[in-house]
Amino acid sequence: MQAKKRYLILLSAGACLVLLFCLGGVQLPAASRSRHDRSGNGYRPDQPWPHFSDPLQPFLPWDQTDTEEYNLHISPRQKRDVNTGVYKSKRCRMDSCFDFSLCKKNGFKVYVYPLQKGEKISESYQNILSSIEGSRFYTSDPGQACLFVLSLDTLDRDQLSPQYVHNLKTKVQNLPLWNDGRNHLIFNLYSGTWPDYTEDLGFDIGQAMLAKASISTENFRPNFDVSIPLFSKEHPRTGGERGYLKYNSIPPFRKYMLVFKGKRYLTGIGSDTRNALYHVHNAEDVVLLTTCKHGKDWQKHKDARCDKDNTEYDKYDYREMLHNSTFCLVPRGRRLGSFRFLEALQAACVPVMLSNGWELPFSEIIDWNTAAVIGDERLLLQIPSTVRSIHQDKILSLRQQTQFLWEAYFSSVEKIVLTTLEIIQDRVLGHGSRSSLMWNSHPGGLFALPQYSGYLGDFPFYYATLGMKPYPKFTAVIHAVSPLVSQSQPILKLLVAVAKSQYCAQIIVLWNCDKPLPAKHRWPATSVPVIVIEGENKVMSSRFLPYDTIVTDAVLSLDEDTVLSTTEVDFAFTVWQSFPERIVGYPARSHFWDSNKERWGYTSKWTNDYSMVLTGAAIYHRYYHYLYTNFLPSSLKSMVDQLANCEDILMNFLVSAVTKLPPIKVTQKKQYKETMMGQSSRASRWADPDHFAQRQTCMNKFASWFGAMPLVHSQMRLDPVLFKDQVSILRKKYRDIERL
Amino acid sequence: MCASGKYSSRGPALIPRMKTRHRIYYITLFSVVLLGLIATGMFQFWPHSIESTADWTLDKRSVHDAPLVRLPVSSPIPERGDLSCRMHTCFDVYRCGYNPKNRIKVYIYPLQRFVDEVGVPISSTGLSREYNDLLSAISDSDFYTDDVTRACLFVPSIDVLNQNSLRIRETAQALAMLPRWDKGMNHLLFNMLPGGPPDYNTALDVPRDRALLAGGGFSTWTYRQGYDVSIPVYSPLSADVELPERQPGPRRYFILSSQTAIHREYRAELERLKEENGEALLLLDKCSNLSQGAASARKRCYKGQVYDYPQILQESSFCVVLRGARLGQAALSDVLQAGCVPVILADSYILPFSEVLDWKRASVVIPEEKLSEMYTILKSIPHRQVEEMQRQARWFWEAYFSSMKAIGLTTLQIINDRIYPYASRTYEQWNNPPVVKWSSVNSPLFLPLIPPRAPGFTAVVLTYDRIESLFRVITEISKVPSLAKLLVVWNNQNKSPPEGEKKFKCPECTAIDGLSLDQTHMVERSECINKFASVFGTMPLKVVEHRADPVLYKDDFPEKLKSFPNIGSL
Repeated sequence: MQAKKRYLILLSAGACLVLLFCLGGVQLPAASRSRHDRSGNGYRPDQPWPHFSDPLQPFLPWDQTDTEEYNLHISPRQKRDVNTGVYKSKRCRMDSCFDFSLCKKNGFKVYVYPLQKGEKISESYQNILSSIEGSRFYTSDPGQACLFVLSLDTLDRDQLSPQYVHNLKTKVQNLPLWNDGRNHLIFNLYSGTWPDYTEDLGFDIGQAMLAKASISTENFRPNFDVSIPLFSKEHPRTGGERGYLKYNSIPPFRKYMLVFKGKRYLTGIGSDTRNALYHVHNAEDVVLLTTCKHGKDWQKHKDARCDKDNTEYDKYDYREMLHNSTFCLVPRGRRLGSFRFLEALQAACVPVMLSNGWELPFSEIIDWNTAAVIGDERLLLQIPSTVRSIHQDKILSLRQQTQFLWEAYFSSVEKIVLTTLEIIQDRVLGHGSRSSLMWNSHPGGLFALPQYSGYLGDFPFYYATLGMKPYPKFTAVIHAVSPLVSQSQPILKLLVAVAKSQYCAQIIVLWNCDKPLPAKHRWPATSVPVIVIEGENKVMSSRFLPYDTIVTDAVLSLDEDTVLSTTEVDFAFTVWQSFPERIVGYPARSHFWDSNKERWGYTSKWTNDYSMVLTGAAIYHRYYHYLYTNFLPSSLKSMVDQLANCEDILMNFLVSAVTKLPPIKVTQKKQYKETMMGQSSRASRWADPDHFAQRQTCMNKFASWFGAMPLVHSQMRLDPVLFKDQVSILRKKYRDIERL
Repeated sequence: MCASGKYSSRGPALIPRMKTRHRIYYITLFSVVLLGLIATGMFQFWPHSIESTADWTLDKRSVHDAPLVRLPVSSPIPERGDLSCRMHTCFDVYRCGYNPKNRIKVYIYPLQRFVDEVGVPISSTGLSREYNDLLSAISDSDFYTDDVTRACLFVPSIDVLNQNSLRIRETAQALAMLPRWDKGMNHLLFNMLPGGPPDYNTALDVPRDRALLAGGGFSTWTYRQGYDVSIPVYSPLSADVELPERQPGPRRYFILSSQTAIHREYRAELERLKEENGEALLLLDKCSNLSQGAASARKRCYKGQVYDYPQILQESSFCVVLRGARLGQAALSDVLQAGCVPVILADSYILPFSEVLDWKRASVVIPEEKLSEMYTILKSIPHRQVEEMQRQARWFWEAYFSSMKAIGLTTLQIINDRIYPYASRTYEQWNNPPVVKWSSVNSPLFLPLIPPRAPGFTAVVLTYDRIESLFRVITEISKVPSLAKLLVVWNNQNKSPPEGEKKFKCPECTAIDGLSLDQTHMVERSECINKFASVFGTMPLKVVEHRADPVLYKDDFPEKLKSFPNIGSL
C-alpha cells in the first residue's frame, strides 16, 4: 500500500517534471528568437503599449473645472458678442453673420429684389429667381423677409464670359437693403478666370452666404455657405427628367467598369489629373478618353500624346459609355466641379470623384458615401483596383442611391434652389430640423417637412428602416356637405358601419354644410367617439387640414354618401398596414394622354388599370394632410376651393409625387359605383355635367405645376386571400365583400 | 504548483489513515520533490529571464522606467496648427497605402519622460490614467502596428488630454522631437480640455504643425471639418458608477440641471424657469455643507436636500448641459449614460463625433440665447420622440462614450472611414442601436421602381423526376408573351435530363406525384420553418390577408375586355 503510494507520488512528480520541460522547451525557441532580434539592430523594436503598474493620476483633477469656472469673470453673453464681432467675412458662421431675429416673426420667408431697369440676367439665373418666387417661401415684402436674394446676376463671375456683369461692386453697395450682405444669399456657378480660376467673385460679398458651385473646402464656410452642383443652361426649370435606371439588374455589372470622356488641359490649373488618365485607360473595361481639341490655339500647346488621344477619343460615343458603365470618373476640370457629375448621377453611373478639396454639392445634408466613390487624385493609379474591390451589393445600393438623389435634389433648377433654401431653413429651425435619415432616404428632405414632427415614427416613410409599425387604428373623417334631415340618410348608415370596425379609434365629421350643426343627439350612438368639426370657411381643402384631433397614423377619408360595410373597412385597413405610405381605397380612376388634344385626360370608366383612388373612400397616412396643406402652393388649393372639385385628384398627385408609386385599390362590393354616380339624394356634385370637364382641367393644371405627370398606373387590385375561391364561405374571413 | 495541486486533491482521502511518522515522511518527500521542481523550473527560465526583464515585467512596468529626455531650450517649436489643413493637403495618404482590409495602421511612440534643461517635467501629471487606457486600447486593437515604417497614423505617448497640466512651449518642443514628426504629418493628438484662462480657446494651444487633433471642445471656428475629430470629454464616473439601462418613458422630473459650475447669469435664468414651472424642473447645485473632496463630486443639493449624482440623472427626461468656460462638458457623458436626453446649450459647439453621429435623434440643441424658452421648446416634443431620444442617448454612451477605449477606437474608425471612404461604415451602422438593427428591414432593392415589361422575366423550373408535369409546365409557361428565358434546374443526380424536345414517358411519375400528400412532408417543412426562424433569431415572415388580382378580376364585365381574362379559370 505504502509502496504503491510512493510510486504514485513519484510518478506524478515525474510527470510534472516532463510537463515543465515541455513548457520550457516550447518557450525556449520563442525567447531565443526575440533575443536574436534584439541583438540584431541594437534598437529595441517597439512592443505593444505596456501595462503600467503604477497608480496613475486622472487627467482631470476633480476640482479643476469648478475652480476654473469660479475664476471666470467674462459673462457668457459678452463672450457671444465678442464672437459675433470677430468672426466676419471668411470666418462667417450663422452665429456671427446671420440675424436670426429676422426669421422669428414670419418664419422663413425669402425676398427677391425687383429687377432693375437695364439689367439683364441670364436664363439660368431667371430660372433660379422664378423658382424662389413660385415657392412657398417667397414674400414680396422685404419687411417680412428672413433671407434676401439679389436680382443682379451673380452666376457667372468669369471676367472673360459674355454673361459677366460689370460694376457689381457699386451696384450691390447701392442696394438700400444690402446691410453689408447680412441675411443675403448669393448664387454663383463660375468664379475666377484663366489661368488660376480663383474662387473670388470680384466684389465684396460682406456677410452674405454663398450658394456656389465648385467651392473648395478651404473657402467653404461650414453651415454657412451651401455647395450647389454645376448645372447647364439647358437644365430644366421644373419637373426634370427622371433618372435613367428603369430596372435593377443583378449582378449589377455593366459593359464597362469605369469610363470618362472629356477635355484635357495641356497647361495650367487642373491639368495634372486629366493628363495622367491615360495610365489607367485599358481600352477594355476601363475607358478614359481625353481630347486636346478645345480652345482656339490648342495646336500650339499640343503634346506628343494629343494625336493618339484624339483618335481614341473619337472612337467612343459618350452617351453609349454613360449608359453602359458601372462607374463614371468625375475628375476636376479647371474648376473643382464639372458637368460630368450630374450627368453620371442621372445615368445611374456611380460617380468616382477625383477632385481633391471639392466640397461636394449639398454636403451639409447628403451622405455622398452612399452614392459615390470619393477618390483621391493622389491615388489615381489605385482607382481601378479600388472600384473593382467594391462588392456587388454595394454597387447595387450606390446605383439606386444615385437615382434617389438625382430625383430628390438635382433634376431641376427648382429642386436645386429649394434644397438650398431648405438647408438654410433647417439651420434657422435649429432643434426642429431634419435628421440625416430624412435627407438621405426616400422620399428625401423636400417631401419630409420637419415642422410636422421631429419624430421619425410620425412619418409614413421610415417604419421599415426603424423597425416600427404604424398605430394599429384609424380615424375616420367624414366630409358632410348636406344637412341632416332624415334618419335614413347614407351618412348615418356609414357612421354606424365605420364605428363597428375593430380598428376604428374615432370618427370626425367635418361639417362643411351651410346649415347649422345638427344637435348632438341626432348622431347615432356609437362605441367610438364622434367628433364634429365645423369646416374652416367650408371650403374643399378643409377636408385635408391636419386636425390635431386626428391622433392615429391612419385616416379613413369618406364622402357623406359613401356606402361601405364594416368588413370592407376592416379589410382596407389591414391592407393599408402593409402599405402605409400609399393611398389604399375603393373608387379607382385613371388618367391617360390624349394625343389629339395634346393634354391629359381623366376617365372614370372601368378599365384594366387605374392611377388614382378617390378620397371618398380611402385610407392614407395623416402626414398627407399636413403635406397637402403646407406643401402645395395656394394657387392649386384655391383652384380646388373655387371649383369645389378635384381635391381628391390633387391628393393623388401629391402622394404619387412623393412615393413614385400608384395607389392601391382593394375589392369592393359591386353596388358601390351605382350608388356613387346616381341615386344619391343630394344634388350630387357628381351629377353636375361641368364636374367632369373641370376634372380634366384640374389634371392639366396640376401636371404643369408638378412639372411632370406624377401619377403611375397599376393593374393590381388587392383582394382577401380566399376571395371568390371555391371554398366554403365559412372559411373566409371577409365574406361580406363577395356577398351581393 | 502542478504537483501540489495534484497531491492536495488526493490528500484528504489519504492522510487521515496514515500514521504520523509516515505523514511526516511523505510531507518531507513531497517538499523535496516540490523544491526540485521549482529549482528545475527556475533553471529552465533563468537564462533568458535575466535579459528580457522588459518582456517579463511587461505587466508590471513603471512609468518611471521610461527613458528621460532633456529638451534643450533652443529646441525647435512646431508651427501653430494650420486652419486650412484638410486630408488632401496636410495628410500623407501614401503612408496608408492600398490594402484589402481597408484598415489604417497606427503606431504608438514608446513612452518617454520629457523634462526641460533644469529637469522639470513638461507636464504636471505625466501619463494620465485615461491616456494610458486609450493607448492600451489602441495597442490591443486591429489598428495597431509595432512597425513604424508601415504606420499610416502616429500617436505620440505625450499626454495632452488636459491642457491645464501642460507647459505649452515645452510640450510643443517634445512633439517636434519625435523621430517621425515630420511637421506633424499623420500625427494624431488627443485633447479633451483645451484652452486656459482667461479666454479658454476651443482647441489645444500647443503648437502642433499639421497634426490632426481629436479635440473635446471645438467651436465651429477652430474645428477643421473633415480633418479634426470632435471627441467627448470623458467622464471618470463612467468607470466608477454603474447605471443600469432604464426603459425609455416618462420620468419623475421633466428637466434637470445638475452641473455645479454654471455661470451666475445662466443660473439666474434657470431659477426663473424653475419659478415658472415648479416641480417639473429640478435645479441642483453643489452641496455647501459637505466637506470638499472627490466624494462631494458625487452629491448634489437643492435647498438642503441631498441627491446622489449621477443616479439622479435617471429620474429626469431632459438634462441640461450648459457650456462652461469650455464648450465640451464631461456632464454630457453622465447624462447620456443615464439615458436622459441632453439639452445642449453651447453655441458654436461641434458635438462629439458629429461627423458620423446624428445628434438630432439623441439630443436637443438650443441656442444659449433661448435658454428662457427651453421649457416651451421641450414641451413641444412628442412623447414617442422623447422615448426614442432616451434610447438613442443611452446607445451613444454605450457605443461611443463609455470608456477611453470607445472614444479612442471611434476616433480611429472615423479617420479610417475618411481614408477608405468606399469602405466606410454607414449611417445605420453608426446610429442604429442594436434593437433597431435587429428589427429594421432594409431592402436591398429600396428604390421605388416599377420595371418596364420589355425585358420580361426568366422562368426557373426546379425539377427532380416528374418529366410529364415538367413538360406540361414548360408548354404552358412558354405561351406567356413576357417570358424572356426558361431555365430548368435538373435536380436528379442519378439520371441525366431528357434530351431535346423529345417527349418521353416515365413510369414512376404517377407514384411520385403523390408527394405532397405525404404527411411527413408537411412535418419536415414545419421543422424547416422552426429551424430557419431560430437561425434568423426572429421570424422574418409576415402574415398578410390580401392577395394581388387583376383590377377586373371576377368582375361582372365582358371577359374579352379584361387584360387577364383567364386568371382563376382553372
